[in-house]
Amino acid sequence: MAEIVLEGITKRYPDGAVAVKDVNLRVEDGEFVILVGPSGCGKSTTLNMIAGLEDITEGTLLIDGQIVNDRTPRDRDIAMVFQSYALYPHMSVRDNMGFALRLAKVDKATIREKVEEAARILDLTDHLERKPANLSGGQRQRVAMGRAIVRNPKAFLMDEPLSNLDAKLRVQMRTQISRLQQRLGSTTVYVTHDQTEAMTLGDRVVVMRGGVVQQIGTPQHLYDQPENLFVAGFIGSPAMNFLHASVQDDRLHTSVGDFDLGDRLRRALERHDAPRDLIVGLRPEAFEDAALVDPARAGSGTAFNVDIDVVESLGSDVYAYFTEDEWQPTATSELAELAADSGTTDTGAGGHQIVTRLAAATRVREGSRAQLWVDTTKMHIFDPATGANLTLAEEPGPREG
Amino acid sequence: MSATGRRRSQWAVINILVIAYALFPVWWIIALSFKDPSTLTDGNFIPTEWTWENYRGIFQTSEFTRALINSIGIALISTVIAVVLGTMAAYAVARLRFPGKSLLIGMSLLIAMFPPISLVSPLFNIERIIGIFDTWTGLIIPYMTFSLPLAIYTLSAFFREIPWDLEKAAKVDGATPAQAFRLVIAPLAAPGVFTTAILVFIFCWNDFLFAISLTSTSAARTVPAAIAFFTGSSQFAQPTGSIAAAAVVITIPIIVFVLLFQRRIVAGLTSGAVKG
Amino acid sequence: MTQPAPTAPARAPAPKDRRALSEGARQERRLGWLLCAPAVIVMLAVTAYPIVYAVYLSLQRYDLRFPQQAHFVGFSNYGAVLSSEFWWQALWVTVLITAISVTVELVLGFALALVMHRAIFGRGTVRTAILIPYGIVTVVAAYSWQYAWTPDTGYLAALLPSGSAPLTEHWPAIGLIILAEVWKTTPFMALLLLAGLALVPEETLRAAQVDGAGAWQRFFLVTVPLMKPAILVALLFRTLDAFRIFDNIYILTSGAHNTGSVSILGYDNLFTALNLGIGSAISVLIFLCVALIAFAFVKLFGAAAPGAQEGR
Repeated sequence: MAEIVLEGITKRYPDGAVAVKDVNLRVEDGEFVILVGPSGCGKSTTLNMIAGLEDITEGTLLIDGQIVNDRTPRDRDIAMVFQSYALYPHMSVRDNMGFALRLAKVDKATIREKVEEAARILDLTDHLERKPANLSGGQRQRVAMGRAIVRNPKAFLMDEPLSNLDAKLRVQMRTQISRLQQRLGSTTVYVTHDQTEAMTLGDRVVVMRGGVVQQIGTPQHLYDQPENLFVAGFIGSPAMNFLHASVQDDRLHTSVGDFDLGDRLRRALERHDAPRDLIVGLRPEAFEDAALVDPARAGSGTAFNVDIDVVESLGSDVYAYFTEDEWQPTATSELAELAADSGTTDTGAGGHQIVTRLAAATRVREGSRAQLWVDTTKMHIFDPATGANLTLAEEPGPREG
Repeated sequence: MSATGRRRSQWAVINILVIAYALFPVWWIIALSFKDPSTLTDGNFIPTEWTWENYRGIFQTSEFTRALINSIGIALISTVIAVVLGTMAAYAVARLRFPGKSLLIGMSLLIAMFPPISLVSPLFNIERIIGIFDTWTGLIIPYMTFSLPLAIYTLSAFFREIPWDLEKAAKVDGATPAQAFRLVIAPLAAPGVFTTAILVFIFCWNDFLFAISLTSTSAARTVPAAIAFFTGSSQFAQPTGSIAAAAVVITIPIIVFVLLFQRRIVAGLTSGAVKG
Repeated sequence: MTQPAPTAPARAPAPKDRRALSEGARQERRLGWLLCAPAVIVMLAVTAYPIVYAVYLSLQRYDLRFPQQAHFVGFSNYGAVLSSEFWWQALWVTVLITAISVTVELVLGFALALVMHRAIFGRGTVRTAILIPYGIVTVVAAYSWQYAWTPDTGYLAALLPSGSAPLTEHWPAIGLIILAEVWKTTPFMALLLLAGLALVPEETLRAAQVDGAGAWQRFFLVTVPLMKPAILVALLFRTLDAFRIFDNIYILTSGAHNTGSVSILGYDNLFTALNLGIGSAISVLIFLCVALIAFAFVKLFGAAAPGAQEGR
C-alpha cells in the first residue's frame, strides 16, 4: 500500500473544455478517500487520471513517492473497480479474478491460492467456475471487488462501484466494502455521486463541482463546517434549507420571521464585511417544535409561526414541511446545480419547501398552523455572490489536507 | 389444464405449418435427387425406389466437381477478403472518432442495394479487355460489391456491442495494449467476425447472375451457373436428376451452417438493420 | 456515472479555433481513415468505376459481334429502350412482382414473426426451419418449384386439372414467380420484424390491455407504430432487393410469356442480342430506378432510414 499525491492536477480536453482544474490532494497510506459531486463534476476524470486511463494535462501525480504521470496503467500497480464491473464475459469467475496475476506471470499455484482466498473473503467460492453472465448483480459486483483484491496493489480505485445495485444490496455492499478496506488497510480512492455513500464510507471526503475541489475534510467536518453553499447543500440528507435574508438593525429578516443576530453571527458578518442581502442555511435538525424545546436552550433560538403542509413520521423523528413563497429557485448557480442534481426542479411543486426535523413527540399536524423554533447557533450565513460561508468558526484553512 | 393443453396443440399445429412451409421445396428437390430415371416423372412426393445414381452421375463428370471447386474457392477467397477489409473498417467505425464515418456506412448501404445487372454489362467488357473474364478473379471482384458492404455493416453492429470498457480494465490489470487485444478483445470479437464470415459466404455461394454472365467455360463457373448448363450425365438422360442431386449437394453445407449457428446468424442478419 | 469526457462541465470557455486538435485526436483520425481506406477503395473500384463506364458504353452503338464498329451515338440507345414496349412490359412486370411479393411478405412475415415471438414452445425449431429458405441457393429453390409445377414431374402440377402447364401461361407464371420469391425471402422479413417486435416493451402492451385495447387494437395501435423503424427498414431492403429479381425468373420461365423483369431484359440484350450499347443503357436505367426507390424511401420516411442515426 502506498500514498497517492495529486499536485495541481488539471485535465483539459482538446476542444479546450476543462474537466478538472488544479486538484491538490494527499491520500495517506491506508486512507479511504471519497470523491463526490454531481455528474460532470470531474470526479471520474480525476480517478481515471490516477489510474492512467486518461492523460494528465498539467500537474504531478505521485504514487508511493514516485512520479507516475507518464506511466501506463500497467506500471502503476493499482487496481480498479468499474461502475459496469467490466468483467470479462468469456472468462470464468476464477479466470477473471486471476487475470491480472496471470499477466504479471505469477505461477499457477500462487494464482490459485490467492484467487481462492479472495473468493473466501467475498463468499464466491461456490461460483468460481461460473461465467459472469450467470451471476446476480451482487455477485458480479463482488467478483469485480475480488479482481481488485487478489492483486494486493498499491491502491484501490473505485468508480461508483455500487450504483448498479438495488437499494438494499447497496447498503449491504457498502458495509462490506468498509469492512474489507479496514481489514486490508488499503489506500482507496472511491468515486460516487451519492452523498450518503460519501458520508458513511470515507475517512475523508473531497467535494467537487465543475472540475474544482470545493472542500476536503472528514464527513463530520463537511457537515458542520461547509465552506460554501454548494458543499452545504450537497452534504446531508435531507438537504440543508436555504432562505433569503437581509440584515437590518442587527436583526436578520427572513420570510419565516426575524431573528436576533447574536454575537457569533454579528462578529462573523463584521469580519467579512458582508452585504445586506444574504442566504441563510439551516439544517432540518436545527428546527424544533416550539412546545418541546428545553427551556434552558430556548434562549439560543427564535420561535416563529408557519402553516405545515406535510408531516412524515419516521417513528424516531417527524419531518414537517412548510413552504416559503418568496423564493427564486435559481438564486445562485450553486443552488441551481444542487436543485438540478437532486431533481427538485422536476417535482412541479410551487414555492420553496423547507424541511424540518422535529422530535417524535411533536403535535404538529398537516394543514394546521404551528409554532416552530429554530436554533440560531446552528445557522449558516452565505454570501449570495460568492457562495462563501460567512459563519465558519475560523478562517477557511488550507484546502490541501 | 385442458385450456393450456388446447393452446399447446394449437401452437403445435401452427409450428408444424411453419416448418412444412419452410421445408416443402427442400424436401421435393431431395426426393427428386433420389429417384431413378424411370420414376423421375411419376410426380410422387416420396421416391418409390431410392437410388444414389444421380449423385454418382454428377461426381463422375468434371463438369460438376470442377464447378464445386470453383464455388468453394471463389466464395472462400471473397469471404476472406471481405471480412479482413470489413473488420478494419468496422473497427474504425465502432471505435475511433473521425469525420466521414456516417458517410462510409451510408455508402456501403447504398452499394449493397446496387442492382447487379447494372454492373454486368460494364464488367463484362472491362474483364474481357483486361483478360480476367472467365477467371476466379473475374468473379471475386464483382462479389466484393455485396460482400464488402455486408461485412462492414454487420461487423460494425457487432463491434459496437463489445464492452470496450474491458480494454481499460485489462490495462489496469496490467495488460499491454497487445495483450489487451489478444486476451480480451479478440475473443469477444471473434464470434461476430465468424458470423459475418458465414453470412458473406452464403451470399457468395448464392450468386447466380454474375456467375452466368462473367464466365463462359468450366474454368470459373460456379455450381448455380453450372447447374443451369447441365445436359445430363449421359447424352439421352434428362438433366433433372443431375440438377436435383447437384442442388442438394450445394444446399447441404448451408443447412449445416444454419443448424449449427442459427442464433448467431439471426443476430447478424438483424442487428445492423434494427438498431441502425 | 462515468462521464464521457467531453460533456464535462465548464463548456463555457469553448475554443474558437477547432484546428487545435491534439496529437492524439489527429492520430486517431488518421488511423480511422487508414483503416477504412482499403474497403472504400475496393467498393468504389467495383461499383463507381463500372457504373461510370456503363454510362459511357450506353452512349455508344456497340455490337459485340463487331466491336471495331463501336461509335458514339448520344442518347439514341436510351431513346430505343424507352420507346420499346419490351422495356415498359418488363418494367411493369418488375413493379408488379415487387409490389405484390413485398406486400405478401410483409403480411406473412409479420405472421411468422408473431409466431416466433409468442410461441409457447418450439420457438427455436421454428426459427431454425425458417432460416433454411433464407440460406438456400435461390437457383436450387427455383428448380424445385419449376419441377413441382411442371406437368409429369411435379406433385403440385398433378393437383391441377390435367393438361394445364402453369409456367407456360402469363398470369399463372407470374403468380408462381411471386410464390417462389415470397417463399425464399419471407424469412428474412420475418427475422427483421421479429427483432423489431423484441423492441416493443411488454409493459406498454399490458398498459394498452388495461386501457381496454383488444388484441387487434394492441397490434395496430401499439405494436405497429412502435415497430415503424424496423418495418420501414425491412420494406426498403426487400423492395430494392425484389426490384432486382433475376434468378427465379431465369430458372422458372427464362422470361418467356412476358414474365421477364428488367434485369432479365438487360441480360438478354447483352448475351442474346449481344448489344452492349442497349444493354448498358438498360443497366443505367435500372440503376436510376433503384436510386429513385431508395431516394423516395429516404425522403418519405427520413429519419427512419437506416444509417440516419448512424455515426455517433
